[in-house]
Amino acid sequence: MLLEKISNARGVSGNEKGVRQVLREAVAEYCDDIKVDALGNLICYKKARTATTDKPLRLMVSAHMDEVGLIVTGFNGDGTLRFGCVGGIDGRVLVARTVLIGDTEVPGVIGCSPIHLVPAEARTKAVDADKLVIDIGATDEASARKLVSLGDYACFAVTYEPLLDGQLRAVKGKAFDDRAGCTVLVELLKEDLPVDLYACFTSQEEVGLRGARVAAYAVDPDAAIALEGTICDDLPKEQDKTPVTEVGKGPAITFMDRSFIADQRLVKLLTSTAKAEGIPCQFKRAAAGGTDAGAIHLAREGVPSVTVAVPCRYIHAPASVLSLNDLENTVQLLAAAIKRMNGGLA
Amino acid sequence: MDTAALLQEFSDAHGVSGYEDAPRAIAQRVLEPLVDSMRVDALGNLITFKKGTGDANGKHRTMMLAAHMDEIGMMVTGYSGGFLRVFRVGGSDPRTLVGQEVVVHGVRDFPGVIASRPPHVLSAEDRKKTPDWNDLYIDIGATADEIEGLVTIGDTITLRSSFVKLSGGYAAGKAMDDRASVVTIALCMQELAGVTHEWDIAAVATTQEEVGLRGAIVSAFGVAPDAAIAIDVGFGAQVGVDPNISIKMDGGPCLSIGPNFHPTMYQGLIDVAQKREIKIQSEVIPGASGTDAWGIQIAREGVPTALLGLPLRYMHSSVETVAIADVERTGRLMAAFIQSLKGDIELDAQAKE
Repeated sequence: MLLEKISNARGVSGNEKGVRQVLREAVAEYCDDIKVDALGNLICYKKARTATTDKPLRLMVSAHMDEVGLIVTGFNGDGTLRFGCVGGIDGRVLVARTVLIGDTEVPGVIGCSPIHLVPAEARTKAVDADKLVIDIGATDEASARKLVSLGDYACFAVTYEPLLDGQLRAVKGKAFDDRAGCTVLVELLKEDLPVDLYACFTSQEEVGLRGARVAAYAVDPDAAIALEGTICDDLPKEQDKTPVTEVGKGPAITFMDRSFIADQRLVKLLTSTAKAEGIPCQFKRAAAGGTDAGAIHLAREGVPSVTVAVPCRYIHAPASVLSLNDLENTVQLLAAAIKRMNGGLA
Repeated sequence: MDTAALLQEFSDAHGVSGYEDAPRAIAQRVLEPLVDSMRVDALGNLITFKKGTGDANGKHRTMMLAAHMDEIGMMVTGYSGGFLRVFRVGGSDPRTLVGQEVVVHGVRDFPGVIASRPPHVLSAEDRKKTPDWNDLYIDIGATADEIEGLVTIGDTITLRSSFVKLSGGYAAGKAMDDRASVVTIALCMQELAGVTHEWDIAAVATTQEEVGLRGAIVSAFGVAPDAAIAIDVGFGAQVGVDPNISIKMDGGPCLSIGPNFHPTMYQGLIDVAQKREIKIQSEVIPGASGTDAWGIQIAREGVPTALLGLPLRYMHSSVETVAIADVERTGRLMAAFIQSLKGDIELDAQAKE
């Protein structure tokens, strides 16, 4: 299964080659043209197959390949490694963690002082993430340097796996933000559509939507859809705080987040398609986070854009959870909506 | 015996205090060919015996070896929607739990994740707090109407963190405390296979240490040993821990000094280590050692007891780290010590004062 393969692949922002390789192989047979640009974006073109107009819509659909992770920033005399976070990571999830460093995947662990030695009043405070180090078992700097180089990227050691085979068909894995979107995008490339499709697997989203910016310039699309794995926050809460999205309730359509306001025509197209086709969908109920659409809608003279996301629990933490039902419904909704773009945007 | 393979099998097995079936089954399989008999007592301790030759007068004395096979974890206390509410079993550290993978031992084993709110919606202040047990939820991917048929209140939960071999002869896993010490016992018994020794040996994999040394207390009564060695983990030197209160990684087992430990046992182990050139270190524990040694020492009329501390980093987390050589040194030291025992080892030295 593709989601499994790309979830397990490595691709911290700036070092997307591992996941790009898997994606490139997966899409090759469906595309008319494939290129990789200077920032590492994988741009796949598929000419309109079912258009009835001479000038089909140029549609850019993006999903970012990169994931949050760590990068080695220095060596300590005792053989441990200093590191920085690439992308937004809650420091609390770094504690008690196994990571795989560099292309050779050198295993390392991030520990903290034993609870026995922490005074009671300090136990309610999260471990100070700035003081954490990676332990690869090396006993001095020289032996650490033999295995790891400055600037090596590290991924969380998390393996894709189905959870309960119940109503949600929940699965667990690394980097569903945004390998879920990448999976949807590969499925869309298999469809015969009435638009000229530019499927852009973008780089460096997690450090500022940087791949999407240059990809959108190159593609110069008439309209754009960013595919995401977005936050859920659907845990039980003491006070009644609405979840941002809920697992199992279908693809989430963003009307606004920190990075952009969605094009009203595209939002309407998606919701009316969902209704007509009987596909469940939901809105993202918080203006939190930003997506590639934030960069794309500002390309050149501006691009009408929308974001559609697979709800993912615990994104930016090592292990995220999604429902395969949501993933499949996202593919269905997108395919059906794009098939309605034959005459351009209404 | 492949030490790393044993460490992996023991550490990856699941068994919180009171539910030690899986690690016990491994211990039974590994020890069975190395001992004369074995039994499981009412609290689940695995008690194995190997006969010695006895002294010149035919008197048999018994050395008890004890390492605990339970691990810290959690227990299901309730439901909230499709999520599980939990509380700790033993000293689980909530600072290390956010985002960890777990196994929920329900009607069958379910993989799960300790749920956390995404950083995008948390204030900077919230991100600095350790979650309270009331705020920790476990997600196995179930809906509210599915969960109660799959998981029952009281079901146990263990961390899920695969054994990983690091460089430099180190290895990390979720339950090195104290299954790495169970491995030291297996290595010791392997060394003693086919070797004559005067003393009988009762090698015990104990239960419920993490909730109050309970397995050690009753198994020491059952065995009624003439002397005992408990093997447990000690704070290995690591970033963030005062070097004055930690022991050296790869520095050999740590022998403890203090009221919990019999001076003759301590000296005897040191003498053997020096003679056999086995690396060791020492530390002082002024009171309760918090180990099986504390329970064993006061069994029946009292037992001369020693503690071997296996240096371990990141205690009570999913990445507990040991030096494999320390595990092997500990096994060798115990085997050499047992072989060295002749007659009474003047354990009544203090009584003669």
